[in-house]
Amino acid sequence: MSRPSDLVQGTLDLLLLKILALEPLNGWAISQRLKQVSGDVLQVSDGSLYPALHKLEQEGWISAEWKATENNRRAKFYSLTRLGKRQLEKEAAAWMRLSDAITQVVRLEEA
Amino acid sequence: MRLEHWWYAVPLRLRSLFQRRRVEDELDEELQFHLDRKIEGLIVQGLTPEAARKAALRSMDGLTQRKEECRDARGWNFIEHIVQDIRYALRVLLKSPGFTVVAIATLALAIGANAVVFGIFNGLLLRPLAVPRAESLWGTVYGEGSGWQSYLNYIDLRDRNRSFEELAAWNFAFVGLDTGKQAVPSTGYATTANYFEVLQVKPYAGRFFRASDDHGAGSMPYVVLTWAYWHAHFHDDRAVVGRTIKINKHPYTIIGVAPPEFRGTLLFGTPDFFMPVVDQDLVNGGRELTTRGTDHALFETFGHLKPGVTVAQAEADLNAVSAYLRKTYPKESGTRKSTLAHVGLTAFTRPVRAFVAGLMLLAGMILLAACANLGNLFAARAADRSRELALRLALGASRIRVVRALLTEAVLVALAGGAAGLWVSVSLLQGMSTWQPFRGAPLQIPVAPDARIYAVSLALALVSGLLFGIVPLRQVLRTDPYQIVKAGSSGPGRRITMRDLLLASQIAICAVLVTSSLVALRGLARSMQSHYGFEPQSTVLASINLSMAGYNSDRAPAMQRRMIDALQNIPGVEQVGMVNNYPPLVYTAAFRTNIFKEDATDFKPANAVSRPYKYDVSPGYFRAAGTALVAGRDFSWHDDKDAPRVAVVNCEFARRMFGSVTGAGGRYFRATDGVRVQVVGIVDDGKYLSLTEDQEPAIFFPFQQSPLSFSHMIVRTTRDPQQIAAAMRRRIHELDGGLPVETQSWKTLLDVVLFPARAATMALGVLGGMGAMLSITGIFGMAAYSVSRRLKELGIRMAIGAQRREVLHAALGRALKVLALGSIAGLALGILASRVLASIVYQATPRDPFVLAAAVLVMSLLGLVATWAPAQRALSLDPLTLLREE
Repeated sequence: MSRPSDLVQGTLDLLLLKILALEPLNGWAISQRLKQVSGDVLQVSDGSLYPALHKLEQEGWISAEWKATENNRRAKFYSLTRLGKRQLEKEAAAWMRLSDAITQVVRLEEA
Repeated sequence: MRLEHWWYAVPLRLRSLFQRRRVEDELDEELQFHLDRKIEGLIVQGLTPEAARKAALRSMDGLTQRKEECRDARGWNFIEHIVQDIRYALRVLLKSPGFTVVAIATLALAIGANAVVFGIFNGLLLRPLAVPRAESLWGTVYGEGSGWQSYLNYIDLRDRNRSFEELAAWNFAFVGLDTGKQAVPSTGYATTANYFEVLQVKPYAGRFFRASDDHGAGSMPYVVLTWAYWHAHFHDDRAVVGRTIKINKHPYTIIGVAPPEFRGTLLFGTPDFFMPVVDQDLVNGGRELTTRGTDHALFETFGHLKPGVTVAQAEADLNAVSAYLRKTYPKESGTRKSTLAHVGLTAFTRPVRAFVAGLMLLAGMILLAACANLGNLFAARAADRSRELALRLALGASRIRVVRALLTEAVLVALAGGAAGLWVSVSLLQGMSTWQPFRGAPLQIPVAPDARIYAVSLALALVSGLLFGIVPLRQVLRTDPYQIVKAGSSGPGRRITMRDLLLASQIAICAVLVTSSLVALRGLARSMQSHYGFEPQSTVLASINLSMAGYNSDRAPAMQRRMIDALQNIPGVEQVGMVNNYPPLVYTAAFRTNIFKEDATDFKPANAVSRPYKYDVSPGYFRAAGTALVAGRDFSWHDDKDAPRVAVVNCEFARRMFGSVTGAGGRYFRATDGVRVQVVGIVDDGKYLSLTEDQEPAIFFPFQQSPLSFSHMIVRTTRDPQQIAAAMRRRIHELDGGLPVETQSWKTLLDVVLFPARAATMALGVLGGMGAMLSITGIFGMAAYSVSRRLKELGIRMAIGAQRREVLHAALGRALKVLALGSIAGLALGILASRVLASIVYQATPRDPFVLAAAVLVMSLLGLVATWAPAQRALSLDPLTLLREE
């Protein structure tokens, strides 16, 4: 089982924000979507998902709302706030810079 | 953080704080939803429900821990940590109860002192009268400075000023109030008819008189009761409205009751009733209302300033009207300037403000000293606990967390001390506000505590907690855990530490307080022994207002003579004398008169050569009062209305007017009405209005030549004053059964004059005592600490043969040095500060060798007391045991 520390630090936030930018989802759906889009590479433990979500909520980047699911059960749906959108842009940009830099370094070593 | 962040975060935090249950339930539900979906999925994959449930739980990687992480994310940590800090601090504090109790008691004293002083400040200066728009209500200052004290001047001022919306005025009415049985001496306000309209007070029952009721004297025989009087005498009976009561035998109809919170326009007392000022002469039998030159027809004139008018503009306006009056009535109008003061304290505003400011300063110093003291204690403790703190740091506690733990301790101590101090001070203030310092005078100190006192005490407690809490922080933040755990102490001490400075300044502050209170005590002791010019011992005074029994001033002298004769016949009475109005030094009521040279022709106030105090006295007054006759003769019963005008003067008057005491006898001057008066006797100088006054001239006239119905009988006796007083009341009632008589000793009445000095001395004494206690605990703390820190060193010194003196020097030398330096600084400051005291306390001279010696003695004694126990401990050390222990 993969622990969040296996992810590059802070990446989980970025992933969650990105996923929620597409559409509001509940926790379970988020975990499914994570697996789906990352092709099981970035497996996030079910356990560490919720603390991360709660932290994002406290930051004001996402907001939660209780809504009925398709099979009529109550679930907590998270959606991106305006603040969250801005945060996503910032983090995405930072990630791109970082990964570019790392990619270059890695290539250097191989050459 | 940006605002938008808080927009989201604050409601969430509040929710998790106040709807904890619901938030917890939601967390459970959210996780359960996840688990259920997971289980469903696993069952679809072919697991049994039981296996699927277990697998789902496993995938959560510890459900409880995850929940805890979610709670952490919600910001619960912050609160939890505070609770943890408080619990830890309580544990630590309870582990050293002695320290905790001393710290709390120190702060309770300091904060209590400040709360009381603030309560006085709040009651006297912050809290306005209970009337609408009190802040724009201004009055002309009473006394010498005003010039608006005659009713005619008030009328002119009311009609000619352009600064006030409307002007009202009032005077005290000391009358006999008869509600059906017997006339009882009562204090009320005689007010202008527009009084309540100007104040915008609404009646509690019935109605008030109005400006439209006023058609001159006797046109509105109405009286309004204060709520307190109505409550006490009529038991809240609303049916009294419409009833008739008698004021000095004249019938008045009760038309209303004032609301409970309205207690007249002077903060110091509660009147019994309000009556029309235009009836003053009718009731008292005088001619005050029609005399323009009088100083005492009105006590205060006041009103709301018009919007936009500043106080300075209004004062200029008043002085312009004053100039007009002086031109129009040169004989009756003085050249005095008008100033304005907030209604409530009038002319007392400045002295009260100075007194309260002085007290606040001293109380603030107490608090500072207490903080320095506690800062020292906490620093010493932090040094003792350096190993524990270092260990916590080494084990990974953040410095912030350690700092917070220490600050929490300090704040807890501060809050406990604050609460204790507040409790004491609130009960003290409550006592003060119901206390009536003088019998017969409706004086009160309006300092009942309110919410502000609680707020201020809380703020003081928090601020002082943080103040002394930060003292040890530098030390903690500097700490290198590795060094301390290894070496066991905080490294070599510096030559002058922060703690030395703190202690020295604390002792300096305490020495200032001790010196000031000694100066005050000495001043009071001196003023008690000062030369009054009369002998208040073995006298009984009877206050008799003949107008209360319906006598006017024409009939008064005959009746007064009969009373004097009747009293003279009481066995054991040595001498009876009488003085109109008040004797010297009673109720700070003394009247001055204008005196002109014998050859003067224009008797306008500006031409007066002297303004001595004036007394109208009976033959025998000087002997009854114990005033020595220096030259000439006393008055006789022949000095009556038809005889030539004569006067007795004091030595000061003789010196100023005629150049010498011996040359004054038989000389002439002219009285305020221009009549030629001959000096027939000269008496000893004395005090007249207050004990602080410089030597003032005084002049005495025979009472038959200026009759008045209000007077004091002075009876000098060798017998028990109580018995004589009873006999006096009996004799006077035999003459007129309806005449209220009040008897008191002159000594008791002097209490009123001495009250400010006594109050100031008491306050300073208490503060000085607190200062002394603080310096004892401060020095003791430091000495005890330095002995306990150096036990080992002292043990070694003793083991290798140090003498007692050397051991003491090593153990306590530093504490004593700090004490000496602090005391010297404090003494110097105290002498400077005493100049300020001179304004409150009589004869406060800081350069008094007695005071200096006493201050030095007190500080040395304090040092001795405080270092005694630590010195004993240092001397009783057994080096063997000590060295074996380590």
